[in-house]
Amino acid sequence: MTSWFLFASAFLASAVEFVEALTIVLAAGVSRGWRSALAGLGAATLALAVIVAALGPALTHIPINALRLVVGGLLLTFGLQWLRKAILRASGYKALHDETAIFARELEEARGARGETRAGLDWYGFTLAFKGVLLEGLEVAFIVVTFGSTQGRIGLAALGAGTALVLVVIVGVLVRAPLARVPENTLKFAVGAMLTTFGIFWSTEGAGADWPGSDAALPVILACVLLVSFAAVTTLRRQKPVVTA
Amino acid sequence: MSRIRAFGYFWWDFVVGDDWLTAAGVVLAIGATALLVHAGGLDAWWLVPVAVAALLWLSLQRAARA
Repeated sequence: MTSWFLFASAFLASAVEFVEALTIVLAAGVSRGWRSALAGLGAATLALAVIVAALGPALTHIPINALRLVVGGLLLTFGLQWLRKAILRASGYKALHDETAIFARELEEARGARGETRAGLDWYGFTLAFKGVLLEGLEVAFIVVTFGSTQGRIGLAALGAGTALVLVVIVGVLVRAPLARVPENTLKFAVGAMLTTFGIFWSTEGAGADWPGSDAALPVILACVLLVSFAAVTTLRRQKPVVTA
Repeated sequence: MSRIRAFGYFWWDFVVGDDWLTAAGVVLAIGATALLVHAGGLDAWWLVPVAVAALLWLSLQRAARA
């Protein structure tokens, strides 16, 4: 059960981030040329692989309870950010994430930017793709390293992220457009709930408390987190003032 | 110096985001759990979930009012 949870969480979180990164790489490629965009993508992927490869094994040397306490706390604050934004989006207090609109904005900005060639590459296109993939990918690296190290299974978490990457790249190459039909807002809701669930579970264990039923408590916590989240969406929707013309 | 500040700001924004009160509440809840377990001998596994529900609710209410 925990292994499935771990894989699914890494997969879903990574898929959401890779869809966002794909939009940026597409905008850079279409507007500034594919050579620079793909070079930026490659450099950022390499940097992320180095971060995971360096941090992953380093974290395994920390005592498991201290690691769970710190990582659980970090995941909890990080996950609550995702969940809070997802609830605000679902209840209409925050604009929904729209990949088509983001792509159009990035494209316009990239087309208007001044051209500068460095190392034979269009520098704007390279840095746009590099920064986009690195920043979106850092969240993936954070999740892979924290999830994997606390469970002692970095390989499984990396497999979840890698599967998401391959899937998004294949669909991206086939579609050659932002993946606007991916239910990103729903996925972000699910990921926020999963991150919060793992954060609650590990931080409590790290603090020294024992969950009734041990690992079997995880789905129960997830159900409670989802219940509270849906109740919050319903209440916030009712509270929202009606705008009259 | 500005690069160090930007680096620090990036990580603060990455982990804490725009609601530091919730992050502070999470730290307090985890600390209180550790205190109850180690000093009070109480298996306080329920404290963090209850605190998280309350913190999330308060954070959403603040955001909705804003």
